[in-house]
Amino acid sequence: MPNQIIELNNISKRFGNRSVLENVSMRLEQGQITTLIGPNGAGKSTLVRIVLGLIQADLGSIYKSGPMRMGYMPQKITIDPTLPLTTLRFLQLAESQASKCRSALVTMEVDYLADTPIQALSGGEMQRALLARAILRHPTFLVLDEPVQGVDLNGQSALYNTISRLVEKLNCGILMVSHDLHLVMSATDHVICLNQHICCMGRPEHVQQHPGYTDIFGHMTAVYSHSHDHHHTLQGQVVGSEHTHSSECEHD
Amino acid sequence: MTDFILYALLAGIGVAIATGPLGCFVVWRRMAYFGDTLAHSALLGVAIGIFMDINLNVAIAGVLMIFALLLGVVGERIHLSMDTLLGILSHGSLAAGLVTMALLIDVRIDLLSLLFGDILAVTVSDLYLIYSISVIVMVLLAILWKPLLTMTVNAEMAEVEGYNITFLRIVLLLMTALVIAVAMKIVGVLLITALLVTPAATARRFSNTPEQMALFAAGIGVLSVVSGLSVSWYLDTPTGPSIVLCTVLAFLCSMLKRNA
Repeated sequence: MPNQIIELNNISKRFGNRSVLENVSMRLEQGQITTLIGPNGAGKSTLVRIVLGLIQADLGSIYKSGPMRMGYMPQKITIDPTLPLTTLRFLQLAESQASKCRSALVTMEVDYLADTPIQALSGGEMQRALLARAILRHPTFLVLDEPVQGVDLNGQSALYNTISRLVEKLNCGILMVSHDLHLVMSATDHVICLNQHICCMGRPEHVQQHPGYTDIFGHMTAVYSHSHDHHHTLQGQVVGSEHTHSSECEHD
Repeated sequence: MTDFILYALLAGIGVAIATGPLGCFVVWRRMAYFGDTLAHSALLGVAIGIFMDINLNVAIAGVLMIFALLLGVVGERIHLSMDTLLGILSHGSLAAGLVTMALLIDVRIDLLSLLFGDILAVTVSDLYLIYSISVIVMVLLAILWKPLLTMTVNAEMAEVEGYNITFLRIVLLLMTALVIAVAMKIVGVLLITALLVTPAATARRFSNTPEQMALFAAGIGVLSVVSGLSVSWYLDTPTGPSIVLCTVLAFLCSMLKRNA
């Protein structure tokens, strides 16, 4: 089956008399990670919500190459503590077979959370539970709104690694919102720098050099222009060192 | 045992098995104040029913469902916090109901029974109404259980996954309106929220799954009805408040249980 695509053409959106998005065109492809970066108030969440169909654009059109399954990982999920819901039961809302849910938790390395109340999960654990949910639902496109918020630096790169492995496993397209390019560099195929309009877009190394990007973010030295050569379990132990550098990896 | 006490018992049980599971959603989705507002507007339904000379049950249910829809649909679009909006409507509708009824001077209404319930006056046709609505609510809850839970976890995620959130929200609001309309006979407009919220809150402390909580809430509600009626029978206390007091006592007992 050919790769599915979502194409946005000249999307504009205003809230009251404030213009939030102007003439935004972009293309999402199955099997690719697209990262949306931009300062606060750049319209990232609005654009994401338009892609998801949660709100309508004022102008412009969206083209989808076929019927598709969308998945959404909200920035934060607040569940009232009066709802007795374990992580496993939370997953079972998407897939009723408990065994499948457990193996999704294993894939995300959070099987120890199965019987934990969903409200007790930390930010990083919640994101992994949501990724497990995504595995169960097999979305064509998965939209992640600031997935690493509230996760420490090591956890962030581990989470990005997990996300890029997930794309291969599920062959889904990912649209991810981030406000830090350096951390997502290794985990993204395509970067869109948004500040109400699209300032620049392209491969991460390209965007980093682009004047449109440096205007907004300044010349920051890269924190990470390489991938971590090992990763940590959520408890912090180092596991494995089978990491190999991809061809895009430019450091020596 | 005399008929009226049997009818009262059946009516109370019929209401409690619906308020239990529905009350869980009221608690999970923090709709308690919403329930209060709906209940208060029931007085307006009574006044309109008398004024237009239509069946009171129909008038009450009609007004409650209209209020529920207005709150659910319009409430989203008004630039006021839901809390403020409910605060205005809750007491506004209570006052409007009381004033309208006072204006209908040639009609004598037992205001106390409207405010605090009159379960001992339940008739056979009331029982039919109570059980039809309880059955409708339980069937709908059973069918929509998973979508409703998913929406409770996160509405936007549920919407992206293809659930019709507007539909689900409206169904939930209408069910709440209907149950309040019948629960009004049991505990009156001022105490209905207690019947929705308290058994659910009590059940929470013994439940590990949403289903357990719904089941336990219904059970605790039924127990409270039975014990409240008994108390009222032997001590000659007002029935509605006695039932509500029993739900609160059950809640207080549940607090003795460690960790929940």
